[in-house]
Amino acid sequence: MTDQFEPTIIGFTCNWCSYRAADLAGTARMKYAPNVRLIRLMCSGRLDPTFVLRALSGGADGVMITGCHPGECHYIEQNYKALRRFLLLRRVLTGLGIEPERVKLVWASAAEGAKFAAETTTFVEEIRKLGPLCWGKDEDGRMKDDEDIGNSSIKTHPSSFEKEVPA
Amino acid sequence: MTEKIGVYVCHCGSNIAGVVDVEDVAKWAAEKLGHQGVVIARDYKFMCSSLGQELIEKDIKELGLTRVVVAACSPHLHEKTFRIAAQNAGLNPYLVELASIREQVSWVHTDKAVATAKSKAVVSGAVSRVIENAPLEEIKVPINPNTLVVGGGIAGIQSALEIANAGFHVYLVEREPSIGGHMAQFDKTFPTLDCSACILTPRMVEAGTHPNITLLTWSEVVNVAGYVGNFNVTIKKKARFVNEELCTGCGICQEKCPKKVIDDVYEAGLGYRKAVYTPFAQAVPNYPVMDKENCIYFEKGTCKACEKFCPTNAIDFNQQDQLLNIEVGNIILATGYDLFDARRVSNYGYGRLPNVFTSLEFERLSNAAGPTNGNIVLRDGKTVPKSVGIIHCVGSRDRNFNNYCSVICCMQGLKFAHLVHERTGATVYNFYIDMRTAYKAYDEFYQRVLEEGTLFVRGKVAEVTDAARYSNERGKLIVQTEDTLAGKQRRIPVDMVILSSGLQPRHDAKEVGKMFGISCSTDGWFTEKHPKLDPVATMTEGIYIVGCAQGPKDIPSSVAQGAAASARVLDKILQREVALEPIKATVNKEMCSGCRICNGLCPFNAIAFIADDNVSEINPALCQGCGTCVAACPAGAISGTGFSNEQINAQIDGLLMKNLEPVGA
Repeated sequence: MTDQFEPTIIGFTCNWCSYRAADLAGTARMKYAPNVRLIRLMCSGRLDPTFVLRALSGGADGVMITGCHPGECHYIEQNYKALRRFLLLRRVLTGLGIEPERVKLVWASAAEGAKFAAETTTFVEEIRKLGPLCWGKDEDGRMKDDEDIGNSSIKTHPSSFEKEVPA
Repeated sequence: MTEKIGVYVCHCGSNIAGVVDVEDVAKWAAEKLGHQGVVIARDYKFMCSSLGQELIEKDIKELGLTRVVVAACSPHLHEKTFRIAAQNAGLNPYLVELASIREQVSWVHTDKAVATAKSKAVVSGAVSRVIENAPLEEIKVPINPNTLVVGGGIAGIQSALEIANAGFHVYLVEREPSIGGHMAQFDKTFPTLDCSACILTPRMVEAGTHPNITLLTWSEVVNVAGYVGNFNVTIKKKARFVNEELCTGCGICQEKCPKKVIDDVYEAGLGYRKAVYTPFAQAVPNYPVMDKENCIYFEKGTCKACEKFCPTNAIDFNQQDQLLNIEVGNIILATGYDLFDARRVSNYGYGRLPNVFTSLEFERLSNAAGPTNGNIVLRDGKTVPKSVGIIHCVGSRDRNFNNYCSVICCMQGLKFAHLVHERTGATVYNFYIDMRTAYKAYDEFYQRVLEEGTLFVRGKVAEVTDAARYSNERGKLIVQTEDTLAGKQRRIPVDMVILSSGLQPRHDAKEVGKMFGISCSTDGWFTEKHPKLDPVATMTEGIYIVGCAQGPKDIPSSVAQGAAASARVLDKILQREVALEPIKATVNKEMCSGCRICNGLCPFNAIAFIADDNVSEINPALCQGCGTCVAACPAGAISGTGFSNEQINAQIDGLLMKNLEPVGA
């Protein structure tokens, strides 16, 4: 183990394409960064933005949302709705003082195990550069109790205020 | 109520245990998740084996487990296995959660400590989630015993016949005027050299006259609604302008029609047909169709020669397209392939050099019923070639075009070599990259063609040109290639070049896939449920794919798949009802504010607004369970079974280990 920062990332994957891409990455024994823990949803359209906020406030340093490619959704077009919510969510995060780059949307078809693996590793590197999300954590990176969070000021990366998110 | 949870960690032989310390994961779960309700945690060599399942069943019965977490492979592989095990022990199957520590951990990570730690987090997430799981009942719906088969090539015909012979009704839809598909265009089939028409025609006639088959040619599916067991399909029956009830198929209209049209479909552009035509003599059904775009009457308003001479007054210029609505329980897609467009490989000169032919063109040229009566001649229609070059892998196994192997081209190239030899005595060169003759009696056929004196040159052909450098090349086509066995460059002059073109997905496969709710691979072929263990089913229950719609294959494989899909369909029909996943969304009327945000989000029109009550309502038969409305409801009035907010939030907390007992508590 090295001393470098190992981010914790929650991934939301849809049942039909991207979860199968993750399965394929496994079957093909592709190696990728171990920092992502996945949650299976039936569709990326199921992703309630509050899940992302809960993950971030609960100790995750980043959230990866994956879905089928536009036009390939098992539910016809629900991934477009996920895309819209993702773009809005990034604006909300900026407003909350969190770098919007901590949330990433990836399209991966069931055949794209390699893409899933590569995107995961890249994302872990990106979050590593951003550093730990100190929302809800004390200086040592330990989780604070809920009461403490209410009283403390939220520490954020200063650059998050300067960046404007494209709509 | 406190839950009693059992955690089972699978070794999967060394697949998981080789990277993850499974004993440690089990021990950890029992210790650290005890306050969550974990009463037992075990590890076992193969959880999915019957002994592994018995272990779980025994614990459920003896320890009174109320929830089960199995840390093993992907839920797509064994979720069903463990759900059935739970059910056998009297536990609701939806109270079982799978934690994927193989596909998501041991197979993709190498550091044992990190992999073990991640496995613990994944198990912790599953334990938190399973507490929130609710017992669910599968929804049973009756199966309509009728089946729709789309595509009337050999795969579709076989599928239709199998089901019809078993006593159930089949609608066979074909967009061309006759069934038969590509196989009807061939003269001989490899490796037996059977006459294609001799083996296909009886099958076509059987399908055309079968009392259980409704044959709809010159028709296309335009809409599909519903789900397994209960599909509602709209079919457009294009106007034939020939009354099928009056027509006797005598062929006088075709004789009298003055308009000659190049036949791009059946004759591959080598022959002609009339504006009113049956594509070939053995067509099924044997009624002609009128090609509206080329008919002189539709163009200029006069002619009607066909109508004048028709002895039974079957020509009807007033016919309109018809929309038919049918109800079926299962659908088999046998939509076939398109030939790779050889023009795209411009260095092979197809379309520019007249004596470069495609494989389908050569099939027509060598067909006794084809435009040259089976005489193999150059594009001038009379000169017999003295030397012929056959180029393999055109558009296949090539990163510029299609990465995949088209499976049939080697055998097809060998068949062409044999036919050229037999009928012209010409010198034949086969230019190949690898020779792939992998099935029964295929390699023997290759040996036979070798013994006949066909010359084989291994190496990818660089160019086919008519630019002569030497006197012996004048007026010839020169095949410029590297001979990798001899280790030199060659220029081989020939009279005729045949391109063994690859197979491609149908040009409209994407749209067709979308209409039927199935996906295409990156290459464009329809995606099967499992590449090895379920090659004819799709991710969409009740929809099957056979023949070349699934990927390149030869006739025997297409026939086998047609039969296989039919067996699956018959299995469904004989069960009489199908169990649907109970993953659905429901509206809590008390909480619904009637804002209608959810109404527009549903692509299946499953959400209706009830104006009288000012609330929305979800039709469980139409709901597919995607959950988009659940995520969108601002009042939190919609809940999604199997993927509720409580379940997902609990899983998030579990994955982040927030569910662990606080230190020192």
